[in-house]
Amino acid sequence: MSEKLLYTKEHEWVLVKGNIVRIGISDYAQNELGDIVFVDLPSVGDWVEEGEGFCALESVKAVSDVYAPVSGKVVAVNEELEDSPELINESPLDKGWIVEIEVEGTPQVGDLMSEQEYAEYLKGV
Amino acid sequence: MRYLPLTKDEQQEMLASLGLEKIEDLFQDIPAEAMFQGDLDVPGPLSEAELVRHFRELAGKNKDATQLVSFLGAGAYDHLIPSIIKHIVGRGEFLTAYTPYQPEITQGVLQSIFEYQTMICELTGMEASNASMYDGASALAEACLMACAATKRELVILPATLHPEWQAVVRTYLENQDVSIVFMPQHAETGTVDLDRLADLPWAEAACVVVQQPNFFGLLEDVAALKARIHEAKGLLVMAVDPISLSLLKSPGELGADIVVGDGQSLGQAMGYGGPAFGFFATTDKLIRRMPGRVVGETVDAEGKRAFVLTLQTREQHIRREKATSNICSNQALNALAATIYLSVLGKQGFRDVGYQCLQKASYMKQRLLEIPGLSSPFSAPTFREFAVRGQVDWVEINKRLLDHGFLGGLPLARFGHPDLVLFSVTEARTKQEIDDFVSTLRGLIQ
Repeated sequence: MSEKLLYTKEHEWVLVKGNIVRIGISDYAQNELGDIVFVDLPSVGDWVEEGEGFCALESVKAVSDVYAPVSGKVVAVNEELEDSPELINESPLDKGWIVEIEVEGTPQVGDLMSEQEYAEYLKGV
Repeated sequence: MRYLPLTKDEQQEMLASLGLEKIEDLFQDIPAEAMFQGDLDVPGPLSEAELVRHFRELAGKNKDATQLVSFLGAGAYDHLIPSIIKHIVGRGEFLTAYTPYQPEITQGVLQSIFEYQTMICELTGMEASNASMYDGASALAEACLMACAATKRELVILPATLHPEWQAVVRTYLENQDVSIVFMPQHAETGTVDLDRLADLPWAEAACVVVQQPNFFGLLEDVAALKARIHEAKGLLVMAVDPISLSLLKSPGELGADIVVGDGQSLGQAMGYGGPAFGFFATTDKLIRRMPGRVVGETVDAEGKRAFVLTLQTREQHIRREKATSNICSNQALNALAATIYLSVLGKQGFRDVGYQCLQKASYMKQRLLEIPGLSSPFSAPTFREFAVRGQVDWVEINKRLLDHGFLGGLPLARFGHPDLVLFSVTEARTKQEIDDFVSTLRGLIQ
């Protein structure tokens, strides 16, 4: 499954299923942030714009925004994160998913990196 | 801060490096006709002894509640202040302490703030309190902004019965944030929010409804009705409360409030011609990360001993920058400490006694005043420590004449659109004798 993941330069991962885009943060990002203690989730029904910080992750070190890789409507949020924000640290690519965004038409994800490209990209950060 | 002397020699040295001869040359670009000629009309220098005498004379022209018998309230109240407060607050460890960024060296201040927060939670019946705000009005404005952030809505419903100066502060905070304000009208007879005219208000769009308890006119609002409306619409209930009234009334927490704010002046703070006092701010655990201001938390140190730290700082602007919950990055620590000592010294029973005496004495004076021909009660809702009286009298002129008798009269409400109303406040500090003397003096002035 992880092979289908695409990555952004801001270290989010994106999983496309039809016109639904599931978003989380990469293993590298969770490791950099440290223990996550709070996730300020958006609400289902919110409209997010590409490039917009739509969710805040609070770790013991800092607060970081999660940026939307696509524009669309939030159709699901991972409510388990409200009580168990550590899921992002423990399982960033699976149980630590954050939101699902429904886009109009086909998701424009051509600019995003494959897993190998992201691995290369990380060598440069 | 170092004192930097400026000698004639140094002046000359600086002028020489600028290629100038005298100070006046610095102003040569200003046309001569625009320059003030001659000497300014200000008095010459005074010796230390002359200066002290001069300022004593000026200060002596002020009249305050230590010299007058005060029935003035409307936000600042003449309550008794136990003298132990000034002795503890005046200790160098508290008086000179800077904001407690470093827990390693500021355990005392941090603990005092933690105790303050605990007391505010007990008083309001809420789960979390911050370390204090600048004053009650700005705390209310912050509560409105917090409600907007928490609900993602951009409209707040305020009562027309909210203190007009608080309304102005809230407007100032909200008007550049694209938040609109809608008012709930006042019922002409009860003087409280008109519950029959709530249906047309935009509840579904409202981030919060605000209730001031007691309201500006000293009247007790029906909170339950407003709570039901706003919670049904998934908005928040914000209560602005008088802390002394909480000694007798059901706590905002029990009433279902989501955010509780108020002005702390009545908790052991001198009126001081209007300040400084402090504001308090409390909320629920659920909303704690939306709360503005600093919060002190209890933890354990490396050796497992009880310790205090500033906590949940990721809400604040030194970390969150433009996304902080608020740009308040300070608190009124010394004033909050005074309130903490006040509440500790009084204890639960003493605090209840203060509230009970306010209620009884205010009620007695209201009854006595209404015996004066020409005076009547404008509103029917119950009151606590303040009440309005109606009379076709020039209340501003009456107040001037009351001053000659050593009384500070009530607040004439003419400048708030009620030309025939005056607002009286009666605290536990008033004696029956003072009340009786005031009533008979006022009777004489009116007749």
